[in-house]
Amino acid sequence: MAEGELKLLGTWASVWACRVRLALHLKGLSYEYVEEEIFSNKSELLLKSNPVHKKVPVLIHNGKPVCESRIIVEYIDEAFPAIGPSILPADPYDRAVARFWAAYIDDKLEAEWVRAYRGETEEEKREGRKQMFVAVENLEAAFKELSKGKPFFGGDTTGYLDVMLGGLLSWQLGSEALCGVELYDAARTPLLSAWAQRFGALDAAKAVLPDVGRVVEFAKMRRAQIAAAAEAAAAVATKN
Amino acid sequence: MAAGKGEDLKLLGLDESPFAARVRMALSVKGVGYEYIVQDLFNKSELLLRSNPVHKKVPVLIHNGNTICESLVIVQYVDEVWAGMGTSILPADPYKRAVARFWAAFIDDKLFPAWVGIMRAATEEERAEKVKETFAAIEHLEKAFVECSNGKAFFGGDSVGYVDLALGCFLFWFGAVHKMFGVEIIDASKSPLLAAWAGRFGETSAAAEVLPEPDKAVEYAMKLRAKRAAAK
Repeated sequence: MAEGELKLLGTWASVWACRVRLALHLKGLSYEYVEEEIFSNKSELLLKSNPVHKKVPVLIHNGKPVCESRIIVEYIDEAFPAIGPSILPADPYDRAVARFWAAYIDDKLEAEWVRAYRGETEEEKREGRKQMFVAVENLEAAFKELSKGKPFFGGDTTGYLDVMLGGLLSWQLGSEALCGVELYDAARTPLLSAWAQRFGALDAAKAVLPDVGRVVEFAKMRRAQIAAAAEAAAAVATKN
Repeated sequence: MAAGKGEDLKLLGLDESPFAARVRMALSVKGVGYEYIVQDLFNKSELLLRSNPVHKKVPVLIHNGNTICESLVIVQYVDEVWAGMGTSILPADPYKRAVARFWAAFIDDKLFPAWVGIMRAATEEERAEKVKETFAAIEHLEKAFVECSNGKAFFGGDSVGYVDLALGCFLFWFGAVHKMFGVEIIDASKSPLLAAWAGRFGETSAAAEVLPEPDKAVEYAMKLRAKRAAAK
């Protein structure tokens, strides 16, 4: 097989793992998927493959591990140039713009979304909601500029930013339940709202993205677990 | 430095910014000329605000009217556009590129907040915590050096590469942290390979051309601290 041996360590709910699975699907690459029990029982293979962060996703290609979702997707694009469509654009400036917005999605949009979802105080959640809207509005403007009237960030077909943002879609569609407000609002961000529907309808999305209801249930449980752990840690700290 | 023939290349930065230094060193490695426009971050210029409306930060590279922001994005851009010039910054092999990108991301996501935290700590307890985090990150990078250098002088092998630039731009600030807090971030007894690498990196023409003395960083840190105190 031209692609060699591909194995992906992930979890069903991980937005980062979803990104990688979307990229593999779009490229038409086959791989072995390993579901990790990330909270209770990380496998030997995971700990050996990602000793620094001990996180998913990890792509193992012919025994060699690649970590961090943005880096993995670029790797897939570069390691398999002759298989399937290109994910990143060809032009260096377009690539720089794509990398800029990918970093923005992670550092601003997702970070603020997480604050809105499980900020420790109501004030923090409020600030998270405010900032996530600032971020999504900036992305709306970016989409307008980059798509140039076409259906995707990548133009006629999906590209790097579609994969980067698309991996987050199931969680984002659960925003009303998890953050108290919908993220993609047709009045506020019409282009991204339409993009979200379009992306969700793709075969790759249907094959890879988890069910929104299932994610919401899981997210609520995780939030409660994290809050309980924080409370327990605080109680220990004040005792000492 | 004058712009190259036919190229309209400007860099918005300042000497004290390690991220701007990263880009300036990359341009030096490539032997590319550009107009360096020093910015005052306490009084941001129209040009900066227009060129980086999202983050309003340096560095910003302006190439034939196109703006590129975020230092690692800019370094990759420079490497790709001037691929034939100077030496390659990222390796050719996709796996080695992924490893280089991983460590550069680690430097920005883990090491940077930790060492900045040493300077910004409000209490001695917090500072001690940040020092611990910084050393933990450096320990990982000491191992990374073995993995990436393959016995050669730099993370990039025989020549300065992506990870060298990502880490090397902090060296003058590490000197400042040592002067201000007595903490030696790259300590020859704890991370001998990195200490030796730091000496070699400092002697490269890119570093010699671009990196200021630690005193300049100390002065800037004092200025920042004064501004923050005045703002309260």
